[in-house]
Amino acid sequence: MSTHATTVQPSYLEDTGARKGLMAWLTSTDHKRVGMLYLYSMISFFFVGVGIGFVMRLVQLTRFQNLITAETYNALFTVHGVIMIFLFVVPGLPAVFGNFFLPIMIGAKDVAFPRLNLASWYFYMSGAILAILSLFTGGGAPDTGWTFYVPFSMRTGTNVSLAVFAAFILGFSSMLTGINFITTIHRLRAPGMKWFRMPLFSWSLYATSWIQLLATPILAITLVLVILERAFGIGIFDPVKGGDPLLYQHLFWIYSHPAVYIMILPAMGAITEILPTFARRPIFGYKAIAFSSMSIAGVGSLVWAHHMFTSGLSSFSVMLFSLLTMIVAVPSAIKVFNWVSTLYKGSIDFQPPLLFALTFIFLFCIGGLTGVMQGALAINVHIHDTYFIVGHFHYVMFGGTGFAFFAALLYWFPKMFGKMYSKKAIYASWVPLFIGFNMLYFTMLVLGMMGMPRRYFHHLPQFNTGHEIATVGSWFLVLGLFMFFGTLVYASLKGEKAEDNPWGGVTLEWTIPSPPPVENFEEIPTITTDPYHFPQENEA
Amino acid sequence: MSESSHAHAIHRDDFGARLGMWLFLVTEMVLFGGLFIAYSYMRSKYPAEFHHAGAELNATLGITNTLVLLTSSLTVVLAIVAIQRGDRRKTMAFLATTLGLGLVFLVIKSFEWATKFHHGLYPNSAHLATLPHGEQVFFGLYFTMTGLHGLHVIAGLSVLGYMLRMVAKGEITQDRYVHLENGGLYWHLVDVIWIFLLPLFYLAA
Amino acid sequence: MSDHSLASSEHADDHGVEHPGYGTFVKVWLALVVLTGLLVLMSHFGQSYAVWGLLILTPIKAGLVFYFFMHLKYEGALLKGVVLVTLGTLLIFFALLFSDVAFR
Repeated sequence: MSTHATTVQPSYLEDTGARKGLMAWLTSTDHKRVGMLYLYSMISFFFVGVGIGFVMRLVQLTRFQNLITAETYNALFTVHGVIMIFLFVVPGLPAVFGNFFLPIMIGAKDVAFPRLNLASWYFYMSGAILAILSLFTGGGAPDTGWTFYVPFSMRTGTNVSLAVFAAFILGFSSMLTGINFITTIHRLRAPGMKWFRMPLFSWSLYATSWIQLLATPILAITLVLVILERAFGIGIFDPVKGGDPLLYQHLFWIYSHPAVYIMILPAMGAITEILPTFARRPIFGYKAIAFSSMSIAGVGSLVWAHHMFTSGLSSFSVMLFSLLTMIVAVPSAIKVFNWVSTLYKGSIDFQPPLLFALTFIFLFCIGGLTGVMQGALAINVHIHDTYFIVGHFHYVMFGGTGFAFFAALLYWFPKMFGKMYSKKAIYASWVPLFIGFNMLYFTMLVLGMMGMPRRYFHHLPQFNTGHEIATVGSWFLVLGLFMFFGTLVYASLKGEKAEDNPWGGVTLEWTIPSPPPVENFEEIPTITTDPYHFPQENEA
Repeated sequence: MSESSHAHAIHRDDFGARLGMWLFLVTEMVLFGGLFIAYSYMRSKYPAEFHHAGAELNATLGITNTLVLLTSSLTVVLAIVAIQRGDRRKTMAFLATTLGLGLVFLVIKSFEWATKFHHGLYPNSAHLATLPHGEQVFFGLYFTMTGLHGLHVIAGLSVLGYMLRMVAKGEITQDRYVHLENGGLYWHLVDVIWIFLLPLFYLAA
Repeated sequence: MSDHSLASSEHADDHGVEHPGYGTFVKVWLALVVLTGLLVLMSHFGQSYAVWGLLILTPIKAGLVFYFFMHLKYEGALLKGVVLVTLGTLLIFFALLFSDVAFR
């Protein structure tokens, strides 16, 4: 569209300041560069997590069990959880695509507090480095599971304090991003960009940011209490001194359940951007989706105790939380309904991002429905702490957020890098990804129903077959991941130059050059239409 | 929190800066909210022991400290009135008073803590372990909450000290004082938290 | 927690036209001191009075600081909404927690 614009403004990938190379990136407050810093660091940590998961699956093949000790296995699932949750899925889409595209989508030059934005990346990296240091220093890698449940986390000699402190810092980074996004959305929308003209990805980020602000501090204080408990023995969680471990569980899940929505809402937002573009139709039920984001954020904050049904809550409380849990399924289902309706009678242009978006819907539905199952009290008691839970949350976190992350990456890759990837190679990588994913995690659902407990190093012979299927699935999955990211890395180095608007998208990011210029827009646009206003409609 | 100064000062958005500060205060409120949740959980579990342990605290010192903090809050807000009227000397005088009162608060607080330590009332002490469970938890919460509040007082004093410097150097002026407002907001929040801590611990008896 | 209602207040830009003077704030401070005195007084009448004082007077004191000292009176609906959403969320957290604690 604006080929002449590139000659006027350099792209954000070129160094324009006094500093060059790596230093120019590490000191840049440009929201696009901060987003890319997050992307590179996050993918690196993701692969560390994948590697750990791979080893855990491998030792579940009985013949490889001698590779590691049972203690190491405890450390591995703890670190796998901490890395994947706090370093990948929680910051996930907001930190990468939110930073990169939120200002562009609402017609702004940057976020409200650019320096704070860069600072949040430094907090993220400090937390990440501390988390990794905790593996090698002190009493050895933490072995509590990512939930750090007391009283074990108070008593164990492993390096829990440092890992917990790392999570505290990561929470701080997450809150700063939330503050930035809310202020940006309130203050920096382009003229004419009314609330209901914002692309729905921005709505999902807005909802997410509120959860980050209202829930993360609870985690922060809880982790501080664990550290104080270990350092000074203040006794709030310690039954010996009159404290109560159940209080810890309450406080922990008051954050950590909403955190699930921090992870999934932006993923849903990204899917909501992708579907209209490839169906060439405005999104079905714009307001329903916007409001369902807000109500998922609201109701999702009120269901935490469903993680504690077997912990000895009052029976009234158990019923209340079971009811609330079922209610959250409603706004989530509204979204699925709207996505499917958007595709209906659209003129579908089948491209890799759409394939991954559809895969997201499929996997997320399995994850969501198994979640509703656990909300039912009788079933919950049976499958509590089994592989069913592990399978369920991998369907939501990996099948949901992970695949949405991949879809978003495929969708926005040409814009971010200015290069196009080989679509055939991406299609090829999808096959092992999809097969491996379902072999691995669906088998876990079945194993859990059969009674295989989670976090166990050894398993009974009757689970052998299931574990073998799952492990082979993990090989396919890892193969698919390497093919997927290999294709993208190759494309970022040697790919063909991408067009400004390869998919025919209509939101603002597709009206500017690829890669975007430093200031995003030559001149701040004035918005006169809804976000998904496809020209074909008027002609038809 | 000087997040308000944009890197590329394209345009100034004082309201945006205040909004950012308020959102930060949201996280602070929820942070202490978590502790208040813990307090009420434990209090409903051990009502009698909390009543008894609360009597151990020196209410006079707690009330004095309340008055000190309330007054320091007043002087911050008066400093803003003064800067709005362009009176730099008064602004600095009010801010200096706030800093002084904040220090008085810390001194009183440290005396209080020292007395408790002297009586063997501190986390993990041998004496505390002989008390009933509820009282041990009470003192655990007391030290955690007043300690964390104390850290916030120190942080607030540092922020206001920096504001004083900025006023002195002419970086905060009659038409550009959003930093001072934000620093003041933080200080008031610290005050509000103490308003809740006073009855929870000192007057519960 | 859904705060779309905040949207309208957006462009209530800087503080109101005229700024409040020293006197307003000194009066608020006096009120705060008096309330503190009342609170202490109530606590001398016994446990249940102390709790009522805590539940009624303390929120009033905090409200005065929020409303006047923190200038919420002079701000638009957005910032007021932010505070209300936060306090509302905390209240709901309390209520749900006590659905467990109170019925155990």
